[in-house]
Amino acid sequence: NLWPSIFQGCFVFKPSAKKKKTALSLDFQQINNHQQNMFCLCKALQDELNRNILDSLLDFTRKCSSTRQHSDWASQMRASEIPTAALVLGVNVPDHDMTFQSLSDLLQQSVTPHVASVQAKECGALKHLMKRVLERLMDTVVDDEDEEEAEQTSAQLNKSVHCSLSTLCAWYNAKTKVSPPGKKRCSHVGDDLQSPPLVIIFKDLEAFNPRVLQDFILICSRYIERLPLMFIFGIATSPSTIQHMLPHSVSSLLCIELFQSLSCTQHLATVIDKLILTPQFPFKLNGKVMQVLISIFLYHDFSVRNFIKGIQLALLEHFHSQPLSVLCCKKKAALLNVMHLGPQDLERIRQLQSFKRYVEKQDPQEQVNLFTDDTHLKEVCQKLIKNLRQYHKNYYPILRCLHTLTSSLPRYPLGKQIRELHLICLDKNIWENEDYQSAMKLLKMLAKDQLILEDMLSKFKQLDSKSDSSTPYFAFTLGYVEDSITSPVKNLQKKTDLFQLQKTLLEMNESRRSKKLSPFEALRNEALEFIDSLVKSHLSAPESQTLNEVCYYTSSATVRRHLNATPRTSIQAALNIPYYYLQNDRLKTEDGIVSNAAPDICIVYKLHLECGRLINLYDWLEAYSTVVSAAEGNDPELMFLSLFSSARFIRAVSELEFLGFIKSTKQKTDHVARLTWGGC
Amino acid sequence: DPHLNIMYMYSHSILSCLQRPHQYSYPSIFIYGHRSSGKSHVLHVLLKELELPHAPVSCVECVSVALLFEQVLLSFFGADAASLLPRSPSLSDFVRVYRNQCSQSPAEQTRYIVMEKAELLRDADANLLPALLRLQELVEDNVTVILLSEIVWDKFRPNTGCFEPLLLHFPDYSKGELQHILSHDRHPSYSAEFYSSYINILLGVFYSVCRDLRELRHLPHAMNVAFTCFCVSSVKETDTHKLWRNMEPHLKKAMQTVYLREVSSLQWEKMQQMEEKESGALRGLSAHTHVELPYYSKFLLIAAYLASYNPARTDKRFFLKHHGKIRKTNFLKKNEKTSNHLLGPKPFPLDRLLAIFYSVVDSRVAPTASIFSQISSLVTLQLLTQVSHDDQLDAPKYKCAVSMDFICAISRTVNFEIVNYLYDFL
Repeated sequence: NLWPSIFQGCFVFKPSAKKKKTALSLDFQQINNHQQNMFCLCKALQDELNRNILDSLLDFTRKCSSTRQHSDWASQMRASEIPTAALVLGVNVPDHDMTFQSLSDLLQQSVTPHVASVQAKECGALKHLMKRVLERLMDTVVDDEDEEEAEQTSAQLNKSVHCSLSTLCAWYNAKTKVSPPGKKRCSHVGDDLQSPPLVIIFKDLEAFNPRVLQDFILICSRYIERLPLMFIFGIATSPSTIQHMLPHSVSSLLCIELFQSLSCTQHLATVIDKLILTPQFPFKLNGKVMQVLISIFLYHDFSVRNFIKGIQLALLEHFHSQPLSVLCCKKKAALLNVMHLGPQDLERIRQLQSFKRYVEKQDPQEQVNLFTDDTHLKEVCQKLIKNLRQYHKNYYPILRCLHTLTSSLPRYPLGKQIRELHLICLDKNIWENEDYQSAMKLLKMLAKDQLILEDMLSKFKQLDSKSDSSTPYFAFTLGYVEDSITSPVKNLQKKTDLFQLQKTLLEMNESRRSKKLSPFEALRNEALEFIDSLVKSHLSAPESQTLNEVCYYTSSATVRRHLNATPRTSIQAALNIPYYYLQNDRLKTEDGIVSNAAPDICIVYKLHLECGRLINLYDWLEAYSTVVSAAEGNDPELMFLSLFSSARFIRAVSELEFLGFIKSTKQKTDHVARLTWGGC
Repeated sequence: DPHLNIMYMYSHSILSCLQRPHQYSYPSIFIYGHRSSGKSHVLHVLLKELELPHAPVSCVECVSVALLFEQVLLSFFGADAASLLPRSPSLSDFVRVYRNQCSQSPAEQTRYIVMEKAELLRDADANLLPALLRLQELVEDNVTVILLSEIVWDKFRPNTGCFEPLLLHFPDYSKGELQHILSHDRHPSYSAEFYSSYINILLGVFYSVCRDLRELRHLPHAMNVAFTCFCVSSVKETDTHKLWRNMEPHLKKAMQTVYLREVSSLQWEKMQQMEEKESGALRGLSAHTHVELPYYSKFLLIAAYLASYNPARTDKRFFLKHHGKIRKTNFLKKNEKTSNHLLGPKPFPLDRLLAIFYSVVDSRVAPTASIFSQISSLVTLQLLTQVSHDDQLDAPKYKCAVSMDFICAISRTVNFEIVNYLYDFL
């Protein structure tokens, strides 16, 4: 079962909760497939995006190790410098791990078996850094039997021989002297390289102690003639940090080359393009959830990995909370699942908002049928599911089409990025949006410019070819169209339209050249009206679609709660309304009233809200005993005196202090100061 | 060897120390001089040429004394002796093992321990340096410790007093000496004279800014491409005037980039191989200062900057809506005439940072966990520094570690006029 391995550490809630079977037993295989598909795609995407930079890095390492073996004048002169790649990755630190992992994998596959990556937090002192580097470099040749055993041998090794680079030197010489074909590890590595370089990757350069790094570089430069060392610095901010961290005397020992990776916003755009703006995955996010995920990305962390995790969370929640999500799968499976729906689920379908809207539009006889005849309902459901799929198939090409048209308008009325346009469309019908109308007006004026026309034409062509490559059956469709076999399916019709649109645009172009202005304008308006009609027929908001609840995940609050936790708010909620977390009926109260049965800390908290900046501990205790004694039916006087209650009070107060609501003050003895504002 | 020739006088004096290997020599020698003044090079060459037994030790590399002892024993008596040392050996362990070993194989010649970067010994155990200085007595062997340092001996002397080593000073190279040394590693295809005139031109430009031999050695080959280009085109090798005219623009450019290691020599070479028109595309390391940050991180950084450079009592003036009329003169203290930007950033507590953050950011922000985690990620990115100790969870203090230019660039991206909020610019 891949389930736990994929989600390990991703989610807070326990796996047992997920396995709780809902009325319709969830097909875990199905979710698994979903997940795996998405996961594989993400990984592929990541690799694809990093390909350029990784390739150039690999080239760099290869070149460096090969120039070492040359003996011409220039490379001899440079032999004393340690080749260093400064890899600028951007501030989205959580994403870097994946990049470094694939980088070291690639290096090991194609350049050198000796790669060690170190992180700042495990190298506080030079000794530790040295030890980590040695362990990792030499571990790569330890036979991969049991991990523990390998660790033991390396530990022994470090006990007997002190970790210094001379040890490494000896090891390396022994290693390279033994002819590579004998070793299974080296057999496929670098036939052309007699001495594979030793690559050391510093994952987070900024966090390293500069002192440690300087010393390490100084030591390494002493050995550079004997060891083909190479550094890769992972930099999150800007390359000038190297100069901030290393004095000139040290940085002059390095031969630094700069590599800049793709910015994270571009990265996100690709992920959204491939993962969300595609009919490939039946699972969808509604506008609000999208908004939450995107704003977490833009406002908080810039982390694509977290964004993908957010989608995964939404998917999991969707399948967990929505029983009808069994229908959210590939077309065939969905149609099959419809036939297997139980009466309870059919009842759920009848309760769906979108379905109710659909029913209202039907004639009375049909309405009765839908509510009473289960088999009829199943048939209708099949039809509706097909419609929904059709809607998605048309939605994305039209969205892209509209985006290409509007993305170059001045002031971007419909957004610069396609995700903004998508958000608008998800929210409500786009043609009701003012921005859309103004965009259309702008288009009608702008289109006069021939340049833009040609531009767009090329863009459309790109779009065409893109969809060509992504959906192989589109080519098939085009073939159909060219054979002028008209198909009743909407999708085909739409594709034809796109094709025709291109033609019209071409014609417009020609007419422009021949200076016939009025026909051009007519054509332009025609084309725009055509696009407008396309938008109106295909870009309606998903909420208007029947059965959209099956595919769309809507609970943005859950996603926000899980991904963007607010610890302070939760603490205050717990203190104000203990019932919220404890779920004990005795704690149910009206707003603003302290229940006597509440935990001590809640009572103390409520009482302290009524005080000013300084709180007299004695008064506070008095108030507390009154409340508590009322609860237990004791005489307040007695209660007040009781040692037991004052002990409870003191404990609650110190708990409040621990949570940061109050602190002791020197201004007045037996007073504490409030650290929060606002009363009840 | 050019170094030896030039350092003839000094090598002579060292030689006189090294000369009679069968007699006991002076127990310790202290050699000092600036970086790359040829100390270790001369010494190594001499020891090698004279085939004297010596143990080279770099103090940077010896993270623990154990490593130091081990290396000495290893190079004098072989690996077996080194393995006799117990785990985490003390000085007396070392002396014991050494005496044992040297009784088995007594010294026929003086043995030398050469310690590079000896200034680091000052941070080692207090007994190490005095013991090393009179190691000869301790181990009763003909051994001499040579300390190489960039710092004068006065800075070493422990206050408890110690044995005074023999002091030797290596002065810096003069311009003529530098030229002589640099001409030595010429490209084989040029005549010595021609290359030396080339070096002369180089030195003419760079000598005023840099006298470090190591740096200067890096230059001629970085300039190599331009040089070879010229050599191919020119007819007469002896025409130094023409050489100068051809090289001058290249040298000027190199001064800004190669010398500061803004661009590595490899890239510089590539750049010169490319046509002139493209070379503008390659920018040095410090040209990339732009950092892309998440929206709230930007505001956190701005808030941190304001908290660091504004006095806390002026916060009311900047961040309260109805602060009344408070002019700068009202809260200007007498001794506060100097600009805060000259004094550098001041530490501020987390509370103040957040208070400023909430008043600066234009939308309502929930105090979520990710806001706090952004602060700590700013710390790992070294844009903020934590002043208080890591263990202090309660009210941690920070400093803002970014420059004015940087913060101006950041605030421009979020349309925030930071200058209006800075006390110094009122």
